[in-house]
Amino acid sequence: MKINDVILRTVTKIVVFIILTFGVELFLAGHHNPGGGFIGGLVLSSAFVLLYLVHDIETVQKGIPWDYKKIAALGVFLAVGTGVGSVLFGAEFLTQTASHFDLPVFGSTELSTILLFEAGVALTVVGVVVTIILSISEDV
Amino acid sequence: MFITIAIFIPFLAAILVPFIYKWMPSRKIGWFVLFVPLTLFIILASFIPSVAKGGTYIHTMRWIDSAGINFTTYLDGLSMIFGLLITGVGTLVILYSIYYLSEREALGRFYVYLLMFMGAMLGVVFSDNMMVLYVFWELTSISSFLLIAFWYHRKQSRYGAQKSMLITVSGGVAMLAGFIMLQTLTGSFSVREVIATIGQYTDDTLFLLAMLLVLLGAFTKSAQFPFHIWLPDAMEAPTPVSAYLHSATMVKAGIYLVARFTPVFGGEAVWFYAVSCVGLFTLFWGSFNAVKQTDLKALLAYSTVSQLGLIMSLFGLGSAALNGGYSADSVIYTQATFAALFHLVNHSTFKGALFMVVGIVDHEAGTRDIRRLGGLMSLMPVTFTIALIGSFSMAGLPPFNGFLSKEMFFESMLIIRELDLFSMGSWGALFPVIAWIASVFTFVYSMIIVFKTFLGEHQPDRLDRPVHEAPIGMLIAPSILGLLVVGIFFFPNMVGHYVLQPAMAAVYPPFAGAEGMVPHISAWHGFNYAPLQLTLGVIVVGVLLYLSLRYWRGVYTIAPMRWSLDGLYNGLLLQTERFTTVLTRFYMTGHLRDYLVYIFTFFILVVGGGLVLTGSFAFDFSNDAPITINEYVLVFVMIGAGISILFVKSRMTAIILNSVLGYAVALFFIVFRAPDLALTQIIVETVTTALFLLCFYFLPDWKREIASRSTKIINAVIAIAVGAIVTILALTVQGNKLFESISVYFEDSYALAGGKNIVNTILGDFRAFDTMLEVVVLFIAGLGVFTLIKLKARKGGQDVEDQ
Repeated sequence: MKINDVILRTVTKIVVFIILTFGVELFLAGHHNPGGGFIGGLVLSSAFVLLYLVHDIETVQKGIPWDYKKIAALGVFLAVGTGVGSVLFGAEFLTQTASHFDLPVFGSTELSTILLFEAGVALTVVGVVVTIILSISEDV
Repeated sequence: MFITIAIFIPFLAAILVPFIYKWMPSRKIGWFVLFVPLTLFIILASFIPSVAKGGTYIHTMRWIDSAGINFTTYLDGLSMIFGLLITGVGTLVILYSIYYLSEREALGRFYVYLLMFMGAMLGVVFSDNMMVLYVFWELTSISSFLLIAFWYHRKQSRYGAQKSMLITVSGGVAMLAGFIMLQTLTGSFSVREVIATIGQYTDDTLFLLAMLLVLLGAFTKSAQFPFHIWLPDAMEAPTPVSAYLHSATMVKAGIYLVARFTPVFGGEAVWFYAVSCVGLFTLFWGSFNAVKQTDLKALLAYSTVSQLGLIMSLFGLGSAALNGGYSADSVIYTQATFAALFHLVNHSTFKGALFMVVGIVDHEAGTRDIRRLGGLMSLMPVTFTIALIGSFSMAGLPPFNGFLSKEMFFESMLIIRELDLFSMGSWGALFPVIAWIASVFTFVYSMIIVFKTFLGEHQPDRLDRPVHEAPIGMLIAPSILGLLVVGIFFFPNMVGHYVLQPAMAAVYPPFAGAEGMVPHISAWHGFNYAPLQLTLGVIVVGVLLYLSLRYWRGVYTIAPMRWSLDGLYNGLLLQTERFTTVLTRFYMTGHLRDYLVYIFTFFILVVGGGLVLTGSFAFDFSNDAPITINEYVLVFVMIGAGISILFVKSRMTAIILNSVLGYAVALFFIVFRAPDLALTQIIVETVTTALFLLCFYFLPDWKREIASRSTKIINAVIAIAVGAIVTILALTVQGNKLFESISVYFEDSYALAGGKNIVNTILGDFRAFDTMLEVVVLFIAGLGVFTLIKLKARKGGQDVEDQ
């Protein structure tokens, strides 16, 4: 039986971008509102999983030729690296700091090192979730 | 500040090496690596004058301040000696390795490991914080493991690597326990602070335990009897590695530890006896066993064991001076420590040279077996000269530096007879006797190295290729060491004043500025000098024993000599493997049900048992909010979904019902106004449902399980018990407030961490350490799944482990 998934395919094309945007939004909102690196990462990875479910692995791989293991490794590196970074500046391991900057478009914006740390968390989550799902689905 | 950077420079260089090697895959990579220890040595040497004047350098980088763990580096006389050895010998070894290793070897890997080791070793000797010291300590074991197994296709290499790793790391863990005990006693991880405050705790039981555990770490690392068995097997490593790690630096880490902790534990009878007796016996046992070896490298390995024992025993004797504090009488025992430090330096010079010589012989003749070698003197004159210098120095003959430290060693052993501390009595007379006997064997094996290899009859038919002198590049490093051996003999007081004197101050902080701590070293004391007579005796008896070697060799084959510690180690390993296999087979049945039974039974026993034992059943519903209609609806939906799972026929339905449970929990979070949790729960539920669907694709059709009646009953009992315990637990948690809620603290999150989302400030700031490690764990789990699925051995595939 061949499943007719035209609707799913068409919807996915739009929905994936909504999910991705939502993921980034959640990630950035995390400082003061619900959200954060872990949730943001999970939402992003669910978008990728949706893509893989709708299209086959080869097609997606052509469009997004990333090695998710490396993404996860980069995430771990970022998370641990921000910790080490604070030591280099004479503070304790994993000390976080923040300050306000005037950026051209965004106006006065708060930038913090915790953003880097959370980015590491998010990347690791994306990398690991997609790696696990891909490994299991490819194991035929 | 420089010292902190010095530790990291080798690590940074190690990161660069693979890239450079990729770009320029030739042996020239060695020149880049050579640059690292050479620079460090020169800069370190520039500190010598100020350290000799009593200066020390300390630098702290804050790390985990709240746990007392900071990255504190400390440079004093003692760490200076080791720092100079690590960088100095490191430079020579790398220079030598450039010519020793062929282009075909994985040079990139080799130098990465070597630099990693160098950094770790510098970390050990420069760290003041015991936790940091421990990390670097184990890192030296790991890099030693990697270097021994450098030729990992050889079975012997893997065996030796595993052996050294198991023994040194076990000792390291014991040492860690000792460090934690010291911290419990004194409240500080800093060695200097422990030294300052330990005096008031010496009667504590923990003090003795800590001492023994720290000693265990030192003895395993420095290959003291009975842990010495790993060192001969470590000789499977490439010769530059043996020269560097297994004679000059890593095996001296244990000695460093003993020296560093002498101010902490010194003056105690247990410390005195443990260090000196173990050292003395190792000295004897190593030298006695070295004589029977036929492989030159194995011979050198046993000789290293023996020399390490010598240095160790001297530190033991020297610790006696700390009993009762400074006085004109006690200062005489510091002589032993001085001799130990002096011999430490000398040993690194002559043993390093000898290892390099053996490497050259192996490289040129293709064998290290003394039964096949002989008569190489005329073919390799330069190598022969260096071997002669090294061996005669090791045997304690003039005009080489070993003679000076050997005489001081005898003198210290003779002095100890007069010690009336620690209820020694007349047993002290045994010390010089054993020392003398061991020295005779040392003399014999030193002669074997020179005469069996270089004199006698050349046997070209027993060798694979014609022998000729080594290339000049390979001779530079051992020649420099050989020159040092002679140079130190003629100018010993230069070393004494600039290098050993500040180290003495570091070992004996209470004796600061005392007279007579640094003796004037001289080669000649007149004929009536007892150590000189002992040396003469060693030569006479040694020559006789060497000449009659073949008549008394049989002593090694009599029964007690065949009970070897190696056999014990192998047997232990084999038995452990057997036992664990049986144990694992017993409970790893491959049935999911069994595993669930284990997990839930454990849960019932521990949590349920805990509830019963503490008797903390206290239900208090007075503070509970009224239950709304929403919550009733949700609860009944969940109950319905939960019960229906038991009766559905397909996996698909079961998964969907299961996710109904999950989403209902998410709705609960919304009702209870926890948007963060609700969000997370919804997404986790979605992703895991997708994952479930994927996994179930590979599973066979769902069949009704036919289980016996007893199994069903057990299942029911476990299910009901777990459900009941969880419910009781949830209710008691609400009713039992043991302490004030700590959540008030986090309400200031904006002021404390600059974020208004409390959950995230906890995750990213207050408890960032947890989050970081969770990220690492997640990554490891992901890699685990990937490797298990993708890299599993195919049926009938090649077994990559044993080639």
